[in-house]
Amino acid sequence: MNWVGNNLDLIWELTLVHLRQSVIAIILGFVLSLPLGWLAWRYRVARGGILTVTGLLYTIPSLALLMIIPVVVGLPAFNEINLIVALTIYAIALMTRSVTDGLTSVDPAVRLSATAMGYGGGRRFWAVDFPLAGPVILAGLRVTAVSTIALATVGALIGVTNLGYLFTNGSQRRIIPEVLAGIVAVVIIALVIDGLLIAAGRALMPWSRAQRRARRSRTAELPLEVSVA
Amino acid sequence: MNLIAEAIAWIFSGDPGAGLAPIPVALAQHLWFTFVSVLVAALIAVPLGWLIGHTGKGRDIAVAISGAARAIPSFGLLILLFLLLGVLRTTEAAIITFVLLAIPSILAGAYTGFEAIDRKIIDAARAMGMTEWQILWRVEVPLGLALLVAGLRSATLQVVATVTIAAFINLGGLGQYILAGLPLRRFDIVLGGALLVAALALVLDGIFALLQRASVPAGIRAGQSHHSVPQRSASARTAAAGAS
Amino acid sequence: MFTINKSKVAFTAAILTGIALAASGCASSDPLAPETDAPAAGGETIVIGSQAYYSNEIIAEIYAQALENGGFEVSRDAFNSGQRDAYIPALEAGDITLFPEYSGNLLQFFEPDTEARTSEDVYAALPDALPEGLSVLDQSSATDQDSYTVTKAFADENSLVEIGDLANVTTPLTLGGAPELAERPYGPTGLLDTYGVTVEFSPTADTTLDALLAGTIQVANIYTADPSIQTKDLVVLEDPEGLFLASNVVPVVSGELPDGAAEIINAISAALTPEGLVALNVQSTVDQESTPDIAKQWLTDNGLI
Repeated sequence: MNWVGNNLDLIWELTLVHLRQSVIAIILGFVLSLPLGWLAWRYRVARGGILTVTGLLYTIPSLALLMIIPVVVGLPAFNEINLIVALTIYAIALMTRSVTDGLTSVDPAVRLSATAMGYGGGRRFWAVDFPLAGPVILAGLRVTAVSTIALATVGALIGVTNLGYLFTNGSQRRIIPEVLAGIVAVVIIALVIDGLLIAAGRALMPWSRAQRRARRSRTAELPLEVSVA
Repeated sequence: MNLIAEAIAWIFSGDPGAGLAPIPVALAQHLWFTFVSVLVAALIAVPLGWLIGHTGKGRDIAVAISGAARAIPSFGLLILLFLLLGVLRTTEAAIITFVLLAIPSILAGAYTGFEAIDRKIIDAARAMGMTEWQILWRVEVPLGLALLVAGLRSATLQVVATVTIAAFINLGGLGQYILAGLPLRRFDIVLGGALLVAALALVLDGIFALLQRASVPAGIRAGQSHHSVPQRSASARTAAAGAS
Repeated sequence: MFTINKSKVAFTAAILTGIALAASGCASSDPLAPETDAPAAGGETIVIGSQAYYSNEIIAEIYAQALENGGFEVSRDAFNSGQRDAYIPALEAGDITLFPEYSGNLLQFFEPDTEARTSEDVYAALPDALPEGLSVLDQSSATDQDSYTVTKAFADENSLVEIGDLANVTTPLTLGGAPELAERPYGPTGLLDTYGVTVEFSPTADTTLDALLAGTIQVANIYTADPSIQTKDLVVLEDPEGLFLASNVVPVVSGELPDGAAEIINAISAALTPEGLVALNVQSTVDQESTPDIAKQWLTDNGLI
């Protein structure tokens, strides 16, 4: 592992860039998926359509999407904005379903009580539905964050530099520790971000711990990892 | 858009050009990798997930390992395995990469399927004198099937999209069009390849949607039409409704 | 009674945002960071680009360090810019100022039907072929061009010296290389037309060298500066009919370089020899040294810094 020791600054620099690209995409994806998921939840008619379309967005091969986006956006292909746009699209594809499922998982009895207590539509959404949907949405956000960080490496194939550079460069120069370092770095920052999200969840939703102990309410629809940890 | 029209024209032109394999061949390769990878992943993840769901133990470890597996970049892993295993074992390198990609979703589908079952049903089965094996096969597996299929569905879609990278180590598949089209500046080929992958994903998704609907046991499906009382847990509710 | 603690939400959001901003702030001085803004060509900062090819990156780093040593502002934002489709438009737009290129491949990119084959002819044809605003400085004697290469064992077995000798081989031949080789004029069609050699094509891409050594392909398209030609004892087949264009390392400039910069680059081009380029590649792949170290070493050894 000599190579790793000699190139720690390179790995560190690439890690920071990688983090920046991923975090921006995750936040954007999360924010944009909220209205979409809400639409799919509120209007049954739209649900099938929205969920299918977003689900299929994820299957667009990343390399193809990365080539098409520069044409649409108009920036040079190796500009990282292209990668961030692509990652955001994939993040929306993953998150929308979680938002919908989270809102669906709220016990209708609770909503009825809120209405009985005098909460109007909008206030009820932000004060009751959304917070109670939190655990499921957070579960989806964790999966999205991890997937985005792993997916960002594909940027190396169109010249956007991040940890993926270690794969293409390592494969050309046949330096196995370089490729391994890239994989390990990606996994580590994914797990760190995952941990941060768990901590944020515990801080913001103290009731979810009691909820977990009281009943096992897993939202069944999530084909993704469901873990309200 | 003009480019989409060109891409569709390329797909149906009969000869992909540029020395590329015919589309049916690439499609078959792509499907083969997808099918084999999901199958191997299922063979590993389904028994494991059922064990976790049935005994209720080991869930946290499974969740943690799945989370870490999800963080592994497939592209990097493919290159690493290629460097380690050599050019004569590129197929194995690819399959291992895709299997690791598929396992987390299938594992989650397997154990959440069991967890969604109302505990009272399991208690009733035990009270009736069923053995653990009977409970597993006669009660839990059928009731958990819909969620398992949902997990398989998600895994398959992820794998289908990722098999495109197999072309990097000369394994064919639909990715070869995207890979070859870029340096040749034939964006109709690039887009055509992408459309083919998306179309394949659509078809597989549709098949799985049907499978999911079919996998909800008849008793539950019958129950939902008579039920006016909303079910207790969201999971049971959505499982009964049959996934869309 | 649980309620959303508004101050907690704000606090957590602030922390997460802070982390994101800190990450982007720390990363802004990354030498390999992709382009975020585009200084005009001819302005203060010289933006140097490189291909997603480790050898090209070394040359670009040499340019960068030499220019910095000469007192110029240099940006490495455009390093690792992928393939020509990605970076040529950026060069034309002035987003990249200086790029180490390869004369033959570059000429063929703009003029696929060019007849030029020798080093001098290719270099002479470039200025007309290049679009408005792009020009070339002196070319180097160092070359890194396509070749058809076989293993020594295969060459000895079949008495192969030049490409045309492949026509005498009785066993089926498979050619490996980048996927686009199938369409290149020097690809399988060129082999047939120029030398009468029939080959199957396998798009081996990055697995080309391995495939050649493992025997799954018999002929490989390998760049002549690849150190594995020496380390793996390969034989480059001679090309008397001029199937391949000569491809020397040549700096491409978009617009104008600041005064004095061109001299520095020309000095580098003069000092870079074919053997020297191979040696640089050996340092990168065999000795696994980092690009900045290799560049610094070479510049010091050649008395350029």
